[in-house]
Amino acid sequence: MIDLQDVSKSYAAGIPAVNNINLHIDKGEFVFIVGDSGAGKSTIIKMMLKELEPTSGKIVINGKNLARLKRRKVPMLRRDIGVVFQDFRLLKDRNVYENVAFAQRVVETPVKIIRRRVPAMLSMVGLAEKYRSYPKELSGGEQQRVALARALVNNPPILLADEPTGNLDPKNSWEIMKLLEEINNRGTTVIVVTHNREVVDAMQKRVVTIRKGVIVSDERKGGYIYED
Amino acid sequence: MKISTIFYSLKQGFINIKRNKLFSLASVGTIAACIFLIGLFYAVLANLQYIVKSAEDNVAVVIFFDYESTQEQKDAIEESIKKRAEFGTLTYVSAEEAWEEYKELYFKDAPELAEGFKDDNPLANSDSFRVTLNDISMQDEFVDFVEDLEGVRKVNYSDTTADTLEDFGKMVGFVSVAIIIILLAVGIFLISNTVMIGIAVRKEEIGIMKLMGAKDLFIRMPFMVEGVMIGITGAAIPLLVLVMIYERVIKSILEQFATVGSAMSLLSTGDVFAILTPAAFIVGGGIGLIGSIITIRKHLRV
Repeated sequence: MIDLQDVSKSYAAGIPAVNNINLHIDKGEFVFIVGDSGAGKSTIIKMMLKELEPTSGKIVINGKNLARLKRRKVPMLRRDIGVVFQDFRLLKDRNVYENVAFAQRVVETPVKIIRRRVPAMLSMVGLAEKYRSYPKELSGGEQQRVALARALVNNPPILLADEPTGNLDPKNSWEIMKLLEEINNRGTTVIVVTHNREVVDAMQKRVVTIRKGVIVSDERKGGYIYED
Repeated sequence: MKISTIFYSLKQGFINIKRNKLFSLASVGTIAACIFLIGLFYAVLANLQYIVKSAEDNVAVVIFFDYESTQEQKDAIEESIKKRAEFGTLTYVSAEEAWEEYKELYFKDAPELAEGFKDDNPLANSDSFRVTLNDISMQDEFVDFVEDLEGVRKVNYSDTTADTLEDFGKMVGFVSVAIIIILLAVGIFLISNTVMIGIAVRKEEIGIMKLMGAKDLFIRMPFMVEGVMIGITGAAIPLLVLVMIYERVIKSILEQFATVGSAMSLLSTGDVFAILTPAAFIVGGGIGLIGSIITIRKHLRV
């Protein structure tokens, strides 16, 4: 499903942000990519979304070799990958329903399907009652649930979560992780980039640890590797 | 592109304008000023050209025949003239008609003075062809040609009139085109700035759209709609103002000329606006589209 072969990325001449990484993720896996700030986690995400080009190496996602993907085909790649961020990135001038529907509108989904699919997604994340609320009226956890519903409404085979619990308290963090696990159980490949040690240790999933742009460990049922 | 997407883009385009009211208004105002000036120049230029054309039509080359020339020779001259590309109209003025015109011009207030020539036309050998040209710039060439024809005694023409009218027409044309080009450039610059602000305001939303897999056109369309709508609105306002002004000014000018007893004709409101209205909308919409595309290409790499 996701294959990174000898991938390196240097922003300027000097130390590479990502150095000769090899990573294979199968369909339906749940993977944590962990590491401290500046380890190269965000660079990997950006390369997978083709926001950044690797300096060398090959990235294949869902059978698409990103190096050969034409610019006009990039939207099709991104439709295969749902993304959630630490800061939620919800549209503040739109309510919960409109935020989720927005993801379907931009890929030109017929209105009839949007009307059916959005309430279903909101039910799944437990926010069916709050469809008229605006982001500022929601808690951090609720906002992240809306972001999750938005990322999943187009039914992507892959979900990329970049520090999804970074702005949440432990209770909300745990709820979001449970939701991600449920999504994974339904067949979506879930990749969570985080440095939340408690969550990683508790979930007992595959953990890929990155330090200074290099994969230092890849454990099937691992925990957070402490630097000391 | 789906119909629902077109409606969505239209709606988003209007939302952009609403959200960015002040700059949109400034752009509409500037485009309106541009189109107003373009319209004004056009109205003036079209009327000047109309007047110049009318004047040109009246600039005649008068051809007199040799004293002993025959009717056959005159027919041959007429035939040769009519074959010329610049030929406009030809009128034969007989000696009697020439004398009548002369009397009308110079003995209007004292017809008794002309009575002495009652049976003896002093212009007996002055029958002529009065020729107008459809291209006044060809007058010199035409005169040279006619002077070489057999049976032609003399050719009268006004060199100064032809040159002045031609030069004046050209000058008005060049000045107008230069000013219009400058105004168009200002219009494009302003629309481009307005759209750029719209893009900056929606930067986060655009970023999210890109990540969700929106296609280039889907992201760009609302901004193109915004530019075109500003352009079209900016064209509609000055058109209304110009119609009102034009009608009043034309009426006033014609009244002024009527009081001094001179005949003058100008283009009607219908004549001017039949061309100006679609042209203004095309120019306004075009400025909007070009302005927005320039900005989108520069600031909206998807």
